[in-house]
Amino acid sequence: MLVLGVDSATRVAAAAIGDDKQLVAELFFNTRKNHSQRLLPMIAALLAETGVELADLDGLAVSLGPGSFTGLRIGLATVKGLAQAAGKPLVGIPTLDALAWNAWGVPGLICPVIQARRLEVYTALFRWQEGELCRLTPYQAVDPASLVSLLESYTAPVYFLGDGVAPYREVWQQLGARAHFLPPPNNLSRAAAVAILGEERLRTGRPDDLSRLKPLYLRPAPAERQTR
Amino acid sequence: MAQETNILAIESSCDETAAAIVSDGTRIRANIIASQVAVHRRFGGVVPEIASRHHMENIVPVVTEALATAGLAFGDVDAVAVTYGPGLVGALLVGLSYAKSLAYALGKPLIGVHHLLGHIYAGFLAYPDLPLPAVCLVVSGGHTNLVYLEDHTTRRILGSTRDDAAGEAFDKVARVLGLPYPGGPELEKLAREGDPRAIPFPRAWLEENSLDFSFSGLKSAVINYLHHARQVGQEVNRADVAASFQAAVVEVLVTKTLLAATSYRAGSILLAGGVAANSVLRRELRSAGEQAGLPVFFPPRELCTDNAAMIGCAAYYQYLRRDFAPLSLNAIPDLPLN
Ligand SMILES: [Zn+2]
Repeated sequence: MLVLGVDSATRVAAAAIGDDKQLVAELFFNTRKNHSQRLLPMIAALLAETGVELADLDGLAVSLGPGSFTGLRIGLATVKGLAQAAGKPLVGIPTLDALAWNAWGVPGLICPVIQARRLEVYTALFRWQEGELCRLTPYQAVDPASLVSLLESYTAPVYFLGDGVAPYREVWQQLGARAHFLPPPNNLSRAAAVAILGEERLRTGRPDDLSRLKPLYLRPAPAERQTR
Repeated sequence: MAQETNILAIESSCDETAAAIVSDGTRIRANIIASQVAVHRRFGGVVPEIASRHHMENIVPVVTEALATAGLAFGDVDAVAVTYGPGLVGALLVGLSYAKSLAYALGKPLIGVHHLLGHIYAGFLAYPDLPLPAVCLVVSGGHTNLVYLEDHTTRRILGSTRDDAAGEAFDKVARVLGLPYPGGPELEKLAREGDPRAIPFPRAWLEENSLDFSFSGLKSAVINYLHHARQVGQEVNRADVAASFQAAVVEVLVTKTLLAATSYRAGSILLAGGVAANSVLRRELRSAGEQAGLPVFFPPRELCTDNAAMIGCAAYYQYLRRDFAPLSLNAIPDLPLN
């Protein structure tokens, strides 16, 4: 199953092609450049370089969030256009799931943390169980201290990863020897994971509704917060 | 008969998600608008993040509906046009990212259109042979500009507002008069019952022969007038306030447009933008034009407010000269016209 995965949820802009759970190609930039200028040319280059046509794809997958609101919309609008014009199914993959996948097989809790505004992080807890990545808590935006308090109620080792690791390292280290960190490249979300998780979804579940699919914002728009 | 050129156009620069199909720059095959007016009403104005979120959910349905209405398939589309500025950057990015992908996936050229030029070309949708050079007054909630249009490739801005846009002034004054959002049309309705000469609100002419505008002083004058009346316990005739305010705005707009048209020897005057739907402005501009021997053109009302058909028309003239954009095209919130 040939799947194009796209991710522009954070500082990273990435696109990958997966085929039967194998990574065929991936383009990845963790450099601060406007995703809007870069994302589609990257996808075009990836397809041209691999000789894959949009028509050859079995589906598309996109990193759905949480992350930068604008980045998420650039990614989703881009894949919606591709999927609609090419008549291909589309699935949205939560960004925290794709990130947790970077901690493949670790023995303990996986705690992806993505920087959110207002000194919070987007997070959820995961664990590998019988070869499956299982999510234990809801996706949420939380301040790092509260997250550590929650983690103190568990006993297993905790593997932190994501762009929220470095800015709050001292907070995570309050867990002492239970806090583990992954090599730097694993802190960045990968389109490869989006493509492979997307293939799983396309195989087992139904594709998302192209019209209605929206980013996983986890937060209301600013004005909505004020009036409620 | 030669094959028609079908342009699929997309517009998402503010609070309307719009898609249209225009053939040969004049024939509107579909003009679909998902309006968010109701969504933003309770905030008294457009909230950018909320607008962007709604664009995300509306973009696919409006394009699907545009194709269905036109009875066309993606394969019949010759080019994809999209507004890339000026506007709210988050809002622009939804339509732009999506349009770029469509163009790429269909293997058709991408055409980036300036939103203001779109408003101007609403006039060419209705009057393709409108005499050039023309002076265009573009008035909306976001813009107040006088544009000199030499031909379909050369144009320049002769004057702009230095503070509030004319439509913005209408909306703000409507709000202090307690009118519901969006206030412009409501204010016009109220003004019909008032006397435009009742209150001598100031006209900002700026420097001699200046083609720029300023409406913030006028807006303050209205607020001060209401405030003063309240302090001395004097009853206010809201209709008179609305009519007098509107007269002050219209007088400045009409006078400066005529000044621009005569000093640049324009062959016609074109009124565009959301405020171009205002009947008093239409009437005054037409009679001033007649006196000066200049024809005055207005787009039909439904093409004055934001829509994608106007983008498709502007794009057609860019298509003819192969003015195509790369896939790296970015949204530019303060995109200049030239
Ligand atoms: Zn407009």
